[in-house]
Amino acid sequence: MKNSMGDSLRRGLLRLGSFFRKRPLDLELDAEMQIHLDLAVEENLKRGLSASEARRQALVQFGGVAQAKEGQRAARGMPWLDIALQDLRYALRTMRRDYGFTLVAVAILALGIGANIAVFSVVDTLLLRPLPFHDPQKLVWIAPADAVGLSSSTYSADAYDDLLTMNRSYEDVTGYYAFSTSDNIKLTGSGEPTPLTGIGVVGNFFHVLGVEPELGRSFTRDESIKGGRDVVLLSHAYWKRQFGGDRGIVGRSITLNGTPTTVVGVLPETFDFGAAFAPGTKVDVFEPIILDNIRNEGNTLALIGRLKPGVTLAQSQDEAKTLFPKFYWSKKYADSAGNYTARPTELKQYVSGKLRRSLITLWCAVGVILLIVCVNLSNLLLARAAARSKEFALRSALGAGRGRLVRQLLTESLVLAGMGAVLGLGLAYAITSYIAHQGSLALPLLNEVKVDGTALLWTLGISIGAAVLFGLLPGLKMSSGDLQESLKDAGQGMSVGRSHERLRSALVISEVALACVLLVGAGLLLRSFLRVLDVDLGFQPSHAAAIKMDYNDGGSTEKRNAIFEEAIRRVSVLPGVDAAGISDNLPLERNRGWGGPQAKGKTYRKGEVPGAFVYIVSPGYIEAMGMRLRGRDFTWQDNMKGESTVILNEKAAKFISPGEDAVGKIALINGKEVHVIGVVADVHETNVEGTSGEQMYLPAMRDEWGPEGAELVVRTKLPPAQLAGSVLRTLRELNPNQPAVEFRPIQGIVDRAVSPRRFFVMLVGAFAGLGLLLASLGIYGVISYSVTRRTQEIGIRMALGASAGRVQMGVLSKTLKLAMIGIAVGMVASILVANLISSLLFGTTPTDPITFVVMVVLLGGVAALAGYLPARRASRINPMVALRNN
Amino acid sequence: MGDSKLDLLQGTLDLMVLQTLAAMGEMHGYGIARRIEQVSGDEVLLNQGTIYASLVRLQHRGWIAAEWGTSENNRKAKFYSITKRGLKQMAEDAAYWRRLSSVMGRVLAMGEEGGER
Repeated sequence: MKNSMGDSLRRGLLRLGSFFRKRPLDLELDAEMQIHLDLAVEENLKRGLSASEARRQALVQFGGVAQAKEGQRAARGMPWLDIALQDLRYALRTMRRDYGFTLVAVAILALGIGANIAVFSVVDTLLLRPLPFHDPQKLVWIAPADAVGLSSSTYSADAYDDLLTMNRSYEDVTGYYAFSTSDNIKLTGSGEPTPLTGIGVVGNFFHVLGVEPELGRSFTRDESIKGGRDVVLLSHAYWKRQFGGDRGIVGRSITLNGTPTTVVGVLPETFDFGAAFAPGTKVDVFEPIILDNIRNEGNTLALIGRLKPGVTLAQSQDEAKTLFPKFYWSKKYADSAGNYTARPTELKQYVSGKLRRSLITLWCAVGVILLIVCVNLSNLLLARAAARSKEFALRSALGAGRGRLVRQLLTESLVLAGMGAVLGLGLAYAITSYIAHQGSLALPLLNEVKVDGTALLWTLGISIGAAVLFGLLPGLKMSSGDLQESLKDAGQGMSVGRSHERLRSALVISEVALACVLLVGAGLLLRSFLRVLDVDLGFQPSHAAAIKMDYNDGGSTEKRNAIFEEAIRRVSVLPGVDAAGISDNLPLERNRGWGGPQAKGKTYRKGEVPGAFVYIVSPGYIEAMGMRLRGRDFTWQDNMKGESTVILNEKAAKFISPGEDAVGKIALINGKEVHVIGVVADVHETNVEGTSGEQMYLPAMRDEWGPEGAELVVRTKLPPAQLAGSVLRTLRELNPNQPAVEFRPIQGIVDRAVSPRRFFVMLVGAFAGLGLLLASLGIYGVISYSVTRRTQEIGIRMALGASAGRVQMGVLSKTLKLAMIGIAVGMVASILVANLISSLLFGTTPTDPITFVVMVVLLGGVAALAGYLPARRASRINPMVALRNN
Repeated sequence: MGDSKLDLLQGTLDLMVLQTLAAMGEMHGYGIARRIEQVSGDEVLLNQGTIYASLVRLQHRGWIAAEWGTSENNRKAKFYSITKRGLKQMAEDAAYWRRLSSVMGRVLAMGEEGGER
């Protein structure tokens, strides 16, 4: 038989056409069949039969009219679609009738599906989708394997130049200045000076990433060399905010830090530097780095390379092993070579690799939620199935096959899931747009989080999966019931439907077990989070705030000292201020590393002296930060007239004088003799959860170590916001050019550092709460239903003398039995899961007994509560009413 | 199988309809059904109604065409006629059936003549 494509298509279209012209075609068929019968009757009459016999025989010969019509319809149209629509109509009708059930089911599904879509969108953005750059798989992050913090993952300008000329792996290498701080530039020329954040990038930065400016152009070669004209590229957000999206801005000159600078372009909205490289921060403008200007600053460049076609990551790693030790820290010092290493990694890995485990955990948690939702719905549907068993027995008796009944029930499940998915999408949309605007959340790429096409596909997948999962079991169960039993079963409220109840109990047990796993996981993460909040940071973040201070010392240390001293003096006398001091860097923010202090008179092997984090501070800073000091703080006399002084942290102190107090000792820093006047407790300078490195606090009053900017830290009993105005006013009095920068609570800096953990804990905690709610709902449903079914039985027992308390106990103990089995199963699963997430825990063992005990008690308590309500109802059954009712 | 009449194999009714139309020209549904019954000597178990599924199927395939018209005794009825493609198709199907029945005939004859049983 020939069966070309065109033929099938034609037939398909005809069938589709028939589907939409059902009524006229049916009328035509009716007419045709009527004529058929008339002709048959006529012929039979001619054969001499009586009128009634003629008609009877005609009908016999024809066979069933209804079947014939059905057969013709099936042949001409789309029978499955007809059935589906019929099922759909029926499902909608039943659901409308049972709107209480529908409401609960759709709400539960919407929560489960919505949470899943939202988490999927986050996981997809951070983990699955490539970075928003051109051909991002070829981009690599070039840093040492053991890099902690930016300071140890940067390279000097000389090293960058050598890498560019000597490597054979990269099409091109670029970098950015790693030590910019927020609000480091002030824009003047129109009213008050306004602060903005700028960052230096190597001229080819945007070219290497494959980012094309939305307006104007990227930097040219001569703009990256000394003497070139000052130019800047604007971020899309800053362009909109500051210049109202004026397209004429390109080519115009704006005054940044007092220098006229030409705007050469505007970057596209899709490019967000902070989102990819510095989560939780925003960058407003980009300036080309002039390498010759930073050649003496040491390691300042974070490097990104684009692999040549055909070069693998492993090859570039191999090359780096031999290549990087050849680079100089500075070509001025012949002995400064040999200290570099590098292990290039995929840029994506650098951006979000650390979050992989957390995200996968989150994804699993939300998957468990969906599972609980499905179990819950299965349970609800089973309860409903019991109520509808008569209806189904009737349909079955009228000739509906088992397949047809399962199909009907699956259609209902799909409709429920579909409605849940639509609501869930709305929910997910709200959640994702909320998350996308959490600028202070230190998670990468958050700005990109949205419900996109992939998420929609995922929604479709999980909705259908969920519908099948929760609809199949009740469907099979319901359609398998034998007619006799069902019809009898629905009659009297005796102890019937046992297998039914067993199945529901099993579902509740699994629900409780799943909720238990979620609760224990969330409990462990929560406890870890509390431990993190409890970490001794080495300073007191509460009751302190910092403001970036603008000053112009014209390069003179003396002038700077006078400015600092006056500012601190004036701010200190403001009402509510306890202490004030200045540092160029704050902990948990930008940092800078130098070679660490050495004990005087001791010789060290190469590589034995660890690096140290450097803070150039004024007197009062240590107190303002609430750091613990032994020895003395700096005074304004620790200037060029006095001897060179330093305050070390415990770790550095231990290194230069193990076993003895370092205060009063002399250390060598950058080859210079420096007196150790004090030792402070270790400060968490890079992150909250890791350990501290060596730290040196050097006086800003000396020529050798000039500060890079100034953060004025104020300790106060007042809420920092109350002080913001007076502090800024004071700084303005001293320097009218002081921009209106934010007075930032130090607590906020700590909060941002722990924000990823907070984010995960809150989400997992919310899921655990949802799981608990759903599980208790499940318990309530089953127990409540069994009480309803047994109303008569309970009535009889009470009439025979059972007390209300006894009835109540009976119901409660049944509840607790279910809950306990569920918890026991859940505990075993929890221990397995806890070991899987052990790397996410902080200061908490995976078998933390307190967490386990608290969660068991919580789950047991909620289960008891869920069982108590129906138990109370059972105990209030009036025997007379119960007995009369049936 | 019924003890007196033959059940129709899947697809055979379509071929019977085609053959009837090819032989008799334009006919209405009742006529086709009666004709098949007569030719088969009432050996075929045919619910006349089932012919309408067959007719719509053949129409969709473009092997027959249908048109409302008036019968010899002045009644409105839907008349079916075979198309060119239908004729071609019928020739193919008929050849197939002949081959199949001759093969079946030979296979079934084997037991009677070989006498192995």
